[in-house]
Amino acid sequence: MKTEVLIIGGGVIGASIAHQLAKYNLDIILVEKASDVCMGTSKANSAMVHSGFNIDGGTLKGKLALAANKVIKQLCEDLDVGLVKPLGSITVGFEESDLEKMKKTMENGIKNGIQGMRLLNQKELHEMEPHLNPEAKYGLFEPETGIINPFEYTVALAENAVINGAKVMLDTEVLDIMIENKTVKGVKTNKGDIEAKVIINAAGLYADKIAAMTEEIDFEIKPRKGQYFLYDKKWRDILTYTIYSAPTKVSKGMIVVPTIDGNILAGSNAEALEDKTDLSTTAEALDQIYTSTISHLFPELPRMGDVITTFTGLRAASSNEDFIIEAAKTVKGMINVAGIQSPGLTSAPAIAAMVEELVREQNLELDFSPKANYEKGRKTPVMLTELSYEERNALIEKNPDYGEIICRCESISKGEIKDAIHRPVPATNMDAIKRRVRAGMGRCQGGFCGPKVLDILSHELNISPLEVTQKGKESFVLASRNKEIPLAEGDQKNEKIRI
Amino acid sequence: MKKLEYDLVVIGGGPAGLAAALEARKNNVRKILICERAPYLGGILQQCIHNGFGLQYFKEELTGPEYASRFIEEVEKSDIDVKLGTMVMEILDDKKVIAVNREDGMFEINTKALILAMGCRERTRGAITIPGSRPAGVMTAGTAQSYVNLEGFIPGKEVVILGSGDIGLIMARRLTLEGVNVKGVIELMPYSTGLIRNKVQCLDDFNIPLLLSHSIVEIHGKERLEGVTIAEVDQNLKPIKGTEQYISCDTLLLSVGLIPENELSNKLGCEIDKVTRGPVVNEKRITNIPWVFACGNVLHVHDLVDNVTQEAEIAGRAAADLINQKAAEAEKDVIITHDQNIGYVVPQHIDALNNKEKTVKFFLRVKNPDEDVRLIVKDNEDKTLMSIKKSIVEPGTMVTFNLPREFVTKDTSSINISIARELAE
Repeated sequence: MKTEVLIIGGGVIGASIAHQLAKYNLDIILVEKASDVCMGTSKANSAMVHSGFNIDGGTLKGKLALAANKVIKQLCEDLDVGLVKPLGSITVGFEESDLEKMKKTMENGIKNGIQGMRLLNQKELHEMEPHLNPEAKYGLFEPETGIINPFEYTVALAENAVINGAKVMLDTEVLDIMIENKTVKGVKTNKGDIEAKVIINAAGLYADKIAAMTEEIDFEIKPRKGQYFLYDKKWRDILTYTIYSAPTKVSKGMIVVPTIDGNILAGSNAEALEDKTDLSTTAEALDQIYTSTISHLFPELPRMGDVITTFTGLRAASSNEDFIIEAAKTVKGMINVAGIQSPGLTSAPAIAAMVEELVREQNLELDFSPKANYEKGRKTPVMLTELSYEERNALIEKNPDYGEIICRCESISKGEIKDAIHRPVPATNMDAIKRRVRAGMGRCQGGFCGPKVLDILSHELNISPLEVTQKGKESFVLASRNKEIPLAEGDQKNEKIRI
Repeated sequence: MKKLEYDLVVIGGGPAGLAAALEARKNNVRKILICERAPYLGGILQQCIHNGFGLQYFKEELTGPEYASRFIEEVEKSDIDVKLGTMVMEILDDKKVIAVNREDGMFEINTKALILAMGCRERTRGAITIPGSRPAGVMTAGTAQSYVNLEGFIPGKEVVILGSGDIGLIMARRLTLEGVNVKGVIELMPYSTGLIRNKVQCLDDFNIPLLLSHSIVEIHGKERLEGVTIAEVDQNLKPIKGTEQYISCDTLLLSVGLIPENELSNKLGCEIDKVTRGPVVNEKRITNIPWVFACGNVLHVHDLVDNVTQEAEIAGRAAADLINQKAAEAEKDVIITHDQNIGYVVPQHIDALNNKEKTVKFFLRVKNPDEDVRLIVKDNEDKTLMSIKKSIVEPGTMVTFNLPREFVTKDTSSINISIARELAE
């Protein structure tokens, strides 16, 4: 296989770069080791578009976040991706010292060009957010922060790239990088070798490992774990703005925010780790987040019950805490995009533009003339819940699958699920369906629709139900058909829990 | 958009919806529609292929599908309309129901009365926030039951069950019969939360251990479940350090409670009881909205389908009275209160002037197990109306009793129900 541009990593950064470069007459392949795009850091974060008011504008991540804020609205409009911006944020403080920090944050925001920020007194604070802990005293309002659906965003970017000729290869892991005469020649993958003129390393948590395949590197990606609570939609009205607790040294502060889909997301802590695969939640951290932040800010939110799920995200933090976006020092044709932690989701379009410049600077024989029939959008998936009753009826008449509700919690039809399986970047497992169309993301967490979604996947992909996975690879949902477990096997291994 | 006219719409074609519709038909309601989201009637009974249903109502032991078929056949013989594969999307307060299916698309139904019979859903891993990784192989017991009994697939070969709810106990036996190694059932509380007969017939008879006062403190495995760490819990239900034990398994079934599905009722503005999580109703199963009735597991989670049927018949009759304009004009509300060791009582209030039936049947659950107690019913004058001896009460088994109507007079404003240890004599 042969291409001009090879992008490693199908997170929001890899997808943004593919989307950016697909504007030109370039051959592009994006490889992703997981079974779907948006499977690492991009899928488990606070889903916010940071305005940059609380970020140091002198850092690379600060500059890129501020630049991205200027373009993300148009981009989401072109791709038809749900974005609420401006929504605004309130930083909430309880102590005099919080107020001091807020004043500094406000100065920083003004320096970064954010307009309309103001300090709130206790009365204003509680008028704006009446469900806040009555003890909250200080507020800093900032109008520009937004929220976005990171899955939809990443999928849309990748889909647009595919529509414009790029190829996305899932379940494809880079094993090594081929180099000749100090110039990259391509990659070795589990699916065979792919020759390429330029390789863009957007491997997230593994960006250091990939970069080290070309030369000695001076950075390391240390995962930083953050745990989150996701609340039932019935709590949506507990807040209006995105809420930050007053910041600490290592974090912009914990957040309680609405999601695009109307849930409430709350988190997250920050724990440095070694294991890049540790996506476990822990009772200690969840208790601590709940006590110190969630119930402290919004005493009405419960610890259990209306919690739809808890999850962990790993931020891909570099050793110097800033983004590292640069060409390899000793090898031509290699661009590293590493250390993309918060605000990476926000900064993605600006990162992609910067990567384009770096690729151009490599002076490779690449055709940067604009694609003649370039499509700036994508065929937006049908979302019945966003349509009027008449519009739904028109669709159902053409295709009755849109009238068969599979996911009762989120009102998702069979037609929408089948569409997701056949999109430019296909959803081929249960979690991928959930991320595309929300089937299984509601309060029953797939309890009712799981068997039905599994059946649809099996039919549409023409595979046995036993081959359907939860999230790719070996994550099979079912073990065997009824009556197929030999009794002897059952007897031999019939160990029970000891009491 | 297609528009239909009915006298009565029943949402849900499970045991509650079927019995409610049939009873309304018997009481001369002419145009009845049952909306069922599944492609078949019978609801969750269709996946309950074990026996034990109908002992009270039919005085014989039936499987779930057999029990359901008795009602389905009657509905099929009647002129009750049924729309399968039909999901109700919204109930509007001007007595309209918006639903959708493949054939009719989105359509509107005008009705005179509505019976909510949507059943319940299972509490999930998220709702009890079990820490750990998020591999495949963690599912609710009911989902597993659907895979095994409806689809013909086994979810895993080494199973641990969290929660001693009835579905979990039933699945412990079901999977054992399929050759699966069910390693044990873990229960947080110091008692089993399911029916005693299920514990005996599904666990004891198959040597499946039940670990009381234990919890799962971590889930392990990246792609498929590899094991769970369990630990003993203290009196406050907090894990005790040092009691952790790793159990390898490829499947974890959750049977940790059922929650009435009241999203439609909530949106409509039905008052919801915080404990039952179902609508607040009177003895006729009327919600705070006069044309809306509720019965079955959407109202409160029952242990026996027989009770569901009886409750649905009450709702069906009451809806018929409303539609046929036989409902009494005047009402006098009697509030039902209860003591601390009672979790909830249904109905939450009764009409003192309603004397159509000779007794009012009450359903209640205790919070903690107890022995040799008396259930005492008093009125607002502190007069003891009833005192019933109960040798055992436990949260897993619903307590029922019939209050004779004659005890409720026009002067009664409230009735208190308590459960107390019998004083030593």
